[in-house]
Amino acid sequence: MVERSVRVEDKLFCNRYLVDAGRPHIKVRAHTKPSPQLLALLKACPARCYDLNDKGQVEVTVDGCMECGTCRVIGEPTGDIEWSYPRGGYGVLFKFG
Amino acid sequence: MIEERFDAIVVGAGMAGNAAALTMARKGMKVLQLERGEYAGSKNVQGAILYADMLEKLIPEFREDAPLERHLVEQRFWIMDDRSHVGLHYRSEDFNEERANRYTIIRAQFDRWFSSKVREAGATVLCETTVTDLAQDAYGRVIGVRTDRQDGEIHADVVVLAEGVNGLLGTRARLRERPKPNKVALAVKEMHFLPRETIEARFNLSGDEGVVIEAAGTISGGMTGMGFIYANKECISLGIGCLVADFQRTGRTPYELLDHFKRHPSVAPLIEGSEVKEYSAHLIPEGGYKAIPQLYGDGWVVVGDAAQLNNAIHREGSNLAMTSGRIAAEAIFQMKSRRLGMTAENLALYKRMLDRSFVLKDMKKYKDMPRLMHTNSQNFFLTYPQLISKAMQTYLRVDGTPKSEKQKSTLKSFVNARSWIGLFGDAFRFARAWR
Repeated sequence: MVERSVRVEDKLFCNRYLVDAGRPHIKVRAHTKPSPQLLALLKACPARCYDLNDKGQVEVTVDGCMECGTCRVIGEPTGDIEWSYPRGGYGVLFKFG
Repeated sequence: MIEERFDAIVVGAGMAGNAAALTMARKGMKVLQLERGEYAGSKNVQGAILYADMLEKLIPEFREDAPLERHLVEQRFWIMDDRSHVGLHYRSEDFNEERANRYTIIRAQFDRWFSSKVREAGATVLCETTVTDLAQDAYGRVIGVRTDRQDGEIHADVVVLAEGVNGLLGTRARLRERPKPNKVALAVKEMHFLPRETIEARFNLSGDEGVVIEAAGTISGGMTGMGFIYANKECISLGIGCLVADFQRTGRTPYELLDHFKRHPSVAPLIEGSEVKEYSAHLIPEGGYKAIPQLYGDGWVVVGDAAQLNNAIHREGSNLAMTSGRIAAEAIFQMKSRRLGMTAENLALYKRMLDRSFVLKDMKKYKDMPRLMHTNSQNFFLTYPQLISKAMQTYLRVDGTPKSEKQKSTLKSFVNARSWIGLFGDAFRFARAWR
């Protein structure tokens, strides 16, 4: 199936967020080579929070996170990521939900 | 540390948490409800359909002031391939009744209203407060919670875990397992705004009438999943969800799947020219009866999505959440009024009451359905929709081919795709799981 690329950034742009600067609620465990679970997050995260850096390691930027928990379900059992909810009041603020 | 001691702490202000807090507060219990969002509903995502009966049991006069969108007069189910859909539509004037049975709602607005009722009933509702841990004593009994607000703990006789599908507290305290990729679906949704008249014209509606479209087929690309389109007053909720394990296996991205669904020739005209004002994502419990965790223990009960209470076949979740929250609250109140301890033994009453309700009866009925759908996703979500579409087209296209030849070729296409044994096997397994 041919899929045109979708700019998820444009979708996230209409959402409201209160970013807790410097206190990300998700952390990726230090690694040299990403596990299959970490690589799966590049595609499965609906906000595209996960990306590869220059060294081919998986990084997370939680600014656009919708707190769905998909990455937790995939990446927490293997210890690849640490997942918490943002501090009270921070994070995504749905107007409609 | 909050020195005050509460009869009950409710974690979360979604459907289950609000139902529990409201029920206990109305019975005169001292209730603290904690919500991590800016206001109740600001973190909650749902399609969303509200089932009136279950809310009526909590707030009989809810229609007077609840923010409802449209009452549903029509249900459509679409089996889709890439260019067409075969639809089952049910529309009835009977649904234009005074006390309508189902409504579309916008959760952020609805939950805010629901929460105002909880406050009116006398519960203390504390928003912008994330509960970080359950407080347990040396014997593992839950005695309260810890939050990110202040050091120390808040104590209560019982904690109601209404923390949603991705609840961390219960799993951190090892009271239940973390949801597994093959037991939860990831749904993504957009809110498409259009003038009211445009929505009514496109969906054949007048006044506050509403329509629901549920869709399955090649739109999920062979993954176990469904799409949905709900008409609200001035916007359309449109989304699609598939098992997390299927996203993991296929490498398909949720937003591309959503876009693909939006571009489908049966869908695109419905949302043409709309303005998207929100994009959201949420997990849905799909494990069914067999995925339900331990529902109670010493000093705690778990309700709603956190307890995996979702009927995926009938697309019912929020009503199971409300009902489980209410029943848990009633069980807790019985213990309280009889001056019995909030022990696992006593709180087992919650499970017994839930067993007698439609909640666990419905869940039990479909106990084999998730596995059937999850292990046969290619057949149910790709092969059959394509075969059905082709059969319909062959049937409808008038081209001089004798009808008997058409029927033979249709039958042949089914047998070639699935074989006789496969066809009978699928039908038998489906019928048995449905029974």
